[in-house]
Amino acid sequence: MATAQVTPTRMELTRLKKKLVTATRGHKLLKDKRDELMRQFLDLVRENMELRKKVEDGIRRANVNFVIAKAGMDEQTLNAALMAPKQEVELNVTEKNVMSVNIPSYTTKTRTADPNDIYSYGFAFTSGDLDEAVKSLSDILPDMLKLAEIEKGCQLMAAEIEKTRRRVNALEHVIIPEARRSIKYITMKLDENERSSQIRLMKVKDMMLEEAHHYKERA
Amino acid sequence: MFKIAVLGDYDSIYGFATLGLDTFPVQDQMEASRKLEALSDSDYGIIYITEAMAALLKTQIAQYAGRITPAIIQIPGISGNTGAAVEGVKKSVEQAVGSDILFSNH
Repeated sequence: MATAQVTPTRMELTRLKKKLVTATRGHKLLKDKRDELMRQFLDLVRENMELRKKVEDGIRRANVNFVIAKAGMDEQTLNAALMAPKQEVELNVTEKNVMSVNIPSYTTKTRTADPNDIYSYGFAFTSGDLDEAVKSLSDILPDMLKLAEIEKGCQLMAAEIEKTRRRVNALEHVIIPEARRSIKYITMKLDENERSSQIRLMKVKDMMLEEAHHYKERA
Repeated sequence: MFKIAVLGDYDSIYGFATLGLDTFPVQDQMEASRKLEALSDSDYGIIYITEAMAALLKTQIAQYAGRITPAIIQIPGISGNTGAAVEGVKKSVEQAVGSDILFSNH
């Protein structure tokens, strides 16, 4: 058995008993934390997957539109049209605490309030396909931001859950059984010591009686 | 206040400029790696990166996994969807639960 050497003393026993109480309590708390984190994580990760599929689909469609737009006009016109964007997105990151895990929460502010005011070019020299391409990409942006928030949250929570799970397992399968074993060992050892000293006393008493009165107690 | 960056090859990302995101076209791994480092250390809250680029910078991206900002999010590039990002979501399920119990049959 790989149990560390423990000195069988009363002081060690009290120390170990205290340790066991703390470990049991910690184990329960961590287990609760893990369960709650897991519940929230599973909800979040499902949403993450759905959103990701939606975003990837949207980007693919937007890319197709851009390719068509690019085919319909020459490169210089396209570059010039997209050179000076009208829109600007400002991101504000706040932290949200979920079971002691900090996950980000985003709020965004766009420069122009009108969601249709996204075309940074005159319509004279560009093809209508470009308008469509820009629109399709713009439509997917809110979902992209939401995806970033959720996916980052998922990653952070997954890491925390892994850590918590390890701790729970370590407590459950190593620390607590070891403390129990050591406590048992010390109690046995102390009991044994007590018995042996009792016997010794009885023996000494016998010897003294015999010496003083030549009297033998019947066994 | 944070900004949003898009990193990848030019053809995949030039459209995002119209939305007001900062686009950073990069050609090769070295350039991308340097750019990513610079972006992560300045005030970018979200960095969208094409899956193709992300595949080249795996270890570097992993370094930022524990930080709240930047969130490095993969997006499909013009050449199509490699499925790497979906794989990433599955990975996080695996990390948390121990095995992928949600999406393994998809």
